[in-house]
Amino acid sequence: MEPTLLVVQFLNGIQLGTLLFLVASGLTLVFGILDVINLAHGVVYMVGAYAAASTFVRSGSLALAIAIAPVAALLVGLLLDRLVLRFLYDRNHLDQVLATFGVILFVDEAVRAIFGPAALPYPLPPAFEWSLELPGGATYPAWRLVIIVSGLVLAAILFGILHRTRAGMVVRAAATDPGMLAMLGVDIRRLFLVVLGAGSALAGFAGALAGPIVAVQPGMGDSVLILSFVVIVTGGLGSVQGALLGSFLVGLADTLGRSFLTDLLRLLLPPAAANEVGPALASMAIYLVMAIVLLIRPQGLVSLRRAAR
Amino acid sequence: MRLAIGMLTATALLVGTAQAQELRVGFMATFTGPGANLGQHLRDGFLLGLDHLGGKLGGLDTRLFIADDQLKPDVARQEVDKLLEKEKVHFVVGVVFSNILLAIYKPVIESGAFLISANAGPSQIAGAQCSERFFSTSWQNDQTHSALGKYAQEKGYKRVFLLAPNYQAGKDGLTGFKRYYKGTVVDEVYTQLGAVDFSAEIAKIQAAKPDAVYAFMPGGPGIALVKQYFQAGLTKQIPLLSAFTVDDTSLPALGSAAEGLISASQWAADFDNPANRRFVADFRAKYGYVPSYFAAQAYDAAQFLDAGIKGAGGRLDDKAALRDALRRAQFPSVKGKWKLNTNHIPINDFYYVTPGKLADGTPAMVKGELVFADYGDEYAKDCPMRW
Repeated sequence: MEPTLLVVQFLNGIQLGTLLFLVASGLTLVFGILDVINLAHGVVYMVGAYAAASTFVRSGSLALAIAIAPVAALLVGLLLDRLVLRFLYDRNHLDQVLATFGVILFVDEAVRAIFGPAALPYPLPPAFEWSLELPGGATYPAWRLVIIVSGLVLAAILFGILHRTRAGMVVRAAATDPGMLAMLGVDIRRLFLVVLGAGSALAGFAGALAGPIVAVQPGMGDSVLILSFVVIVTGGLGSVQGALLGSFLVGLADTLGRSFLTDLLRLLLPPAAANEVGPALASMAIYLVMAIVLLIRPQGLVSLRRAAR
Repeated sequence: MRLAIGMLTATALLVGTAQAQELRVGFMATFTGPGANLGQHLRDGFLLGLDHLGGKLGGLDTRLFIADDQLKPDVARQEVDKLLEKEKVHFVVGVVFSNILLAIYKPVIESGAFLISANAGPSQIAGAQCSERFFSTSWQNDQTHSALGKYAQEKGYKRVFLLAPNYQAGKDGLTGFKRYYKGTVVDEVYTQLGAVDFSAEIAKIQAAKPDAVYAFMPGGPGIALVKQYFQAGLTKQIPLLSAFTVDDTSLPALGSAAEGLISASQWAADFDNPANRRFVADFRAKYGYVPSYFAAQAYDAAQFLDAGIKGAGGRLDDKAALRDALRRAQFPSVKGKWKLNTNHIPINDFYYVTPGKLADGTPAMVKGELVFADYGDEYAKDCPMRW
């Protein structure tokens, strides 16, 4: 195994992790503050990608496309709250899952009806059509570097707000013990709307970033949503810090599993058997990581709630 | 007034009995979920075929029932039962995906109706489980893969890297490729079905430095793969050959990222024959997009039914005569020729195809050189039918 390949695959894992973090951070806060399971979060990611793709194709400006995506996602996120989520705050988790799953089906079909079933074109401008040369002959595509850098910058800003400002302190307090905070006179519902809006904007931004590397088509948010749930359960529900750790863990486990598991198994098994077992095991890798984490720390990597809860 | 309505009703009833020989056709494809785009191509092709025949197949008044299989075998079963029992269709046409075709195969065949596949061609149905009630206007699944294997062999690629989703059709596809490719397979990588991030696989390709890559990656994942392959700067360095990945359904989303990539097909929009020129021009005028092989095969399905029913003198209840007429059916196929194998699957010429431009500059897959002439699939020998 060449060391450069390891470096590239490590970068790939980090890149997948940053995208996941942008989606998972909103999801985990929404759950932490109002105990709401919001399956419709993946739909908001899709809305971001669609907004960016259609803006880019019409205007030719990538900057405009990426600026519009979070705004569209924020509006859709708040609209979903008005239409669906706010009736679910006090309902049980099963009701929330059923209702927001319905939202996924509805929005996926609505997007299909409006934009058609085919994938939208969302090419990269030539300015990003280059790759970073790594020592050892490997290369790394520029756009993936953009994803890593902008994702990490956003994560830093998010942590700055959460840990250095009063508003952030309130959000963290709400995720830890919303009942106590409400008694102290904070309007939890309004706070929730702010967090939902911000989370939606982040997910929409992630959709705009991912658009050029995936297919912008109905249902594109579903696989991201599943991974994001794995991330927030692994990281600890309600914790943004946990979401960050979980994202990188899941991103790396998935990428490194796909890269090296089959090759490693070939050392132990006959090639045909390794080809059977390797891919199956690689697609299970993130769930295995989650299971191991939960076995050791049932509350996830970072736990906010006190033991009493 | 009441009298007038009564008379109208009576007339309608009389007309109804006079036209007892109404042809009822069920059209099943995937219209929701990730495969919906393909279903749309398939349906639009069939509808245009019906249109060109004045709405009458074989000269019979035709009622069309469109059903959505949702790419779920259990839903397909329910929908096809409805078509057979409630709508009493004579033909079930369509079907994008092999698992759907396998799910509805027995119910349709055993009901006495005919099943016409306009796309899917799983090996079981081409081989031992073939039926005189089943016909195809497309191909057997392996054929496109084999054509690309032969292309890679003829091009002299010594080391090829293979990539496919980790499910039965993925493994079958790579087997089909290897049937005619005799060089070294550097690595054979199977990805999770539906996965859209190929960064890890692309890094492996870069490290393995093969002469070419062969990928079978249909749908959204295929679009993601081609874009990421392009962004990694590999498109110009290592030729990417693919089946059911770069075609007229994905080309609009791929744009310049697909430039120079190679696939194979028994049909392309620039085939120069009168039937195809009319098909492509009218399709684009009616639906506003470039037809794919899905649309072409479904268009042929309408023409094929028309010719078969005419050959049987429009008699739908004499199943043996109808079967014989379908076997003998001749019509101006958009492929330029039409010939069925003993297993009722067409014998096709396969060309390599690549993104190019039609006469008016619209991007489309265009025909390259011939790879296989009169290519009948490998499973026909296992089919006991002789005629």
